[in-house]
Amino acid sequence: MLKKILTVDDSRTMREMLRHTLASAGFEVVTAEDGADGIQKLRESQPDVVITDINMPVMDGFEFIENVRKHEEYNRVPILVLTTESAPEKKQRAQSAGATGWIVKPFDPEKLTRAVNRVMP
Amino acid sequence: MSLDDIKETFFAECADQMSELETGLHEIQSDGPDIDTVNAVFRAVHSIKGGAGAFGYNALVSFAHVFENALDVIRNDLSQVNEDRMDLLLRSVDVLSDVIEAERTSTEPADTSALAKELETVFDLSAHAEEEDDEALADFAPVTIDLEAFDLSDSEDAADIPSGRTFRISFAPHASLYLKGHDPLRFFRELAEMGTLSVTCELDNLPKLNDLTPDESYMKWQVDMETDNDSDDIAAVFDWVDGECDLTIEELGGDSPDGGGVDLDDFLANLGEDPELADIGSEDGGSGEAASAAAPAPAAAAAPDDDGSGSDDGDAGQGASAAKEKKEVKKPSQTIRVESEKVDRLINLMGELVINQAMLAERIGQAGFGNASPAALALVELQNLTREIQSGVMAIRAQPVKPVFMRMSRIIREVCNATGKKAMLELEGEHTEVDTTVIEGLIDPLTHMIRNAVDHGIEDPEARQAKGKPPQGTVKLSAYHSSGRIVIEIKDDGAGINRERVLEKAIEKGIVARDAKLSDDEIDNLIFAPGFSTAETITDVSGRGVGMDVVRQSIQSLGGRVNISSDPGNGSLFSMSLPLTLAVLDGMIVKEAGQTLVLPVSAVLETATLKPGDVYTIGNNNRVVKMRNALIPIIDVGRQLGFAEQRTDFANGTIMVVEGGKNGMGAFIVDSIEGQQQVVIKSLESNYQRVPSIAAATILGNGQIALILDCDHIVSHNSGDPEAEFIQSMAG
Repeated sequence: MLKKILTVDDSRTMREMLRHTLASAGFEVVTAEDGADGIQKLRESQPDVVITDINMPVMDGFEFIENVRKHEEYNRVPILVLTTESAPEKKQRAQSAGATGWIVKPFDPEKLTRAVNRVMP
Repeated sequence: MSLDDIKETFFAECADQMSELETGLHEIQSDGPDIDTVNAVFRAVHSIKGGAGAFGYNALVSFAHVFENALDVIRNDLSQVNEDRMDLLLRSVDVLSDVIEAERTSTEPADTSALAKELETVFDLSAHAEEEDDEALADFAPVTIDLEAFDLSDSEDAADIPSGRTFRISFAPHASLYLKGHDPLRFFRELAEMGTLSVTCELDNLPKLNDLTPDESYMKWQVDMETDNDSDDIAAVFDWVDGECDLTIEELGGDSPDGGGVDLDDFLANLGEDPELADIGSEDGGSGEAASAAAPAPAAAAAPDDDGSGSDDGDAGQGASAAKEKKEVKKPSQTIRVESEKVDRLINLMGELVINQAMLAERIGQAGFGNASPAALALVELQNLTREIQSGVMAIRAQPVKPVFMRMSRIIREVCNATGKKAMLELEGEHTEVDTTVIEGLIDPLTHMIRNAVDHGIEDPEARQAKGKPPQGTVKLSAYHSSGRIVIEIKDDGAGINRERVLEKAIEKGIVARDAKLSDDEIDNLIFAPGFSTAETITDVSGRGVGMDVVRQSIQSLGGRVNISSDPGNGSLFSMSLPLTLAVLDGMIVKEAGQTLVLPVSAVLETATLKPGDVYTIGNNNRVVKMRNALIPIIDVGRQLGFAEQRTDFANGTIMVVEGGKNGMGAFIVDSIEGQQQVVIKSLESNYQRVPSIAAATILGNGQIALILDCDHIVSHNSGDPEAEFIQSMAG
């Protein structure tokens, strides 16, 4: 069975880009548009790995991660943070929110897939 | 989906982000900063930068980056907002939009470095931030995505025969590591790609099952690794768990022969005694389960889950139903994007449906079924349904005029920059909705009129002050619905129209006769006459070879009208009235001199049959009727359109009081009213040519073609006065 990845990003471009890249790498991709949508999709699709943006409306990436980690059902899922912000405190904050790892945008397919494979159960 | 498709998505999204950005900045400017708006604005630029980076649009990335940093200043401290900064941000919006356009069309983007510098200065993006910038930009090194050449064989070569360096890694995860979705196994998996490993698990701290706390971390690992890579590469594997574990990496051998010996022993032992590793596994056969349960790794967590679904139905069911409940509560509003062609097709089909329905109605009438017959009743039902479908389809295309209005603020800024004038845009009713085709057609004429309003209307700041006006002029753009149409008004508080000069010019250009007597209103409307341009010299701004006549033509081709009224010294008001849709209208079918004509029902206020005493004659040959407490001029439609003789018998006609926009009311006189029905609008312009006083054509149920009257035009051009008619024919 294909490994399933949930991507959470408010930008349509990024969602399509991620979908394209990850699908080419042989993953099944589910997309969500913000943190709240992400929680919903996480419940529905039980992904193996989650990739999330930080800056999003409704529920941002930090809050999303914190919420995921609170739920016993799926709090073990690895979550990678996609960020254009390379500032260390952002990474720090993502980590303390419960992120598993991060990918700095822009990613190239190899970098992204490698990061995903690093945490893929 | 190809890369090109994604690019297309990117630019479509950029357009959305830009409008969000502009709207947000305007809100901040008018209502003061609010953190949600600032965040939304920041996100817009941030998203553009993100996408641009992925496609390697470097010019866009670097400008968006500075822009983002400037916004970040505001995001971090709302009190940093001031007028100059907002002005600068708004200017940056225009430049950003230009850069996007340049990237989209693969043309050379304009040099943004000056503005970027200005942003840096005004927002005090100081030196230390610059360092970060550099770093961030370095991260943004143009990584061009080659989506086709996707190569997954990334680590194959890394795993070939290691030559020599040996490291000992001790890795003791904290409990928090497991809470972040990590699994120690994955680190080893990754290390294994760099060399050969032998891994030992230390279970010394593992308590008895009774004392075991599932959330604690009890296990440590020691990894001996032979690799070509250095310790930094190894540390990089653990960069995501910095602070979540105790980690030491030391190189074995090489340096001290002493230590080297020991290590080599260890190494050999580990290499040779692989069985020992296996032993750890088998030895712990019983407690191994406990261990894997204790180490709350995803693998372990997943296993009980799987079991649970079988044995623990109750729980699982509960979980599912809880999830379901939540699902019903939270349903984000969803939108879909549809190509406008598909909607256009739907609208055309709907038009055909309306025509077909009219034909069916005609046949049913001819067949002699009564009004209460089942066939007639079914037809009524069909008509109701069609109407509902129609309004549904129309609602799909209805859009608020706001995006177009927002675009105008840029036009104003541009004109102000070019002329040194000061003006601001005020919006009203920007949420008024209208068919997208109308909106699209509106952009050019509106742009032109706004340019004109600032260029010709608003005075220089000095001149304004001399007149006791505020130095900054105001252009107010408003939209509202009125009797089935949308009215858009452009009002400026400038100098108004200089009637003397307009008239002089019109005479000079031979547009009106030297001795013509014109009302103020007629003079004002001369600016719409073909070949008229008041600007002494063609300015860079509004004089682009198109005059107001072109504006009027394009509005008329949308079935609209434009009017001007001016108050010298205090400003002008341009008013456009447009149909809400270009597809269907409710028509009143009338007969006059053997012709069938259609009037928009929305324009008809009242119908009546004339009695002999109702008609008065005023002046030369002008007849009026007293209705609605007013004297309304009677308009002999057949004569005015030129297909009937002058009516002499007014007592037998049917009068329809028609709303004629700014021109007041007119009482159209016709032979009879045939009925009311929905008609499909077929453009005369695209099928034949523009005809004054005729808005469009339609096909009736019997297959006959009928003309739809442009009531406003007829009302405004009604006159027995030949001189005025001459002017009108020139102007219109």
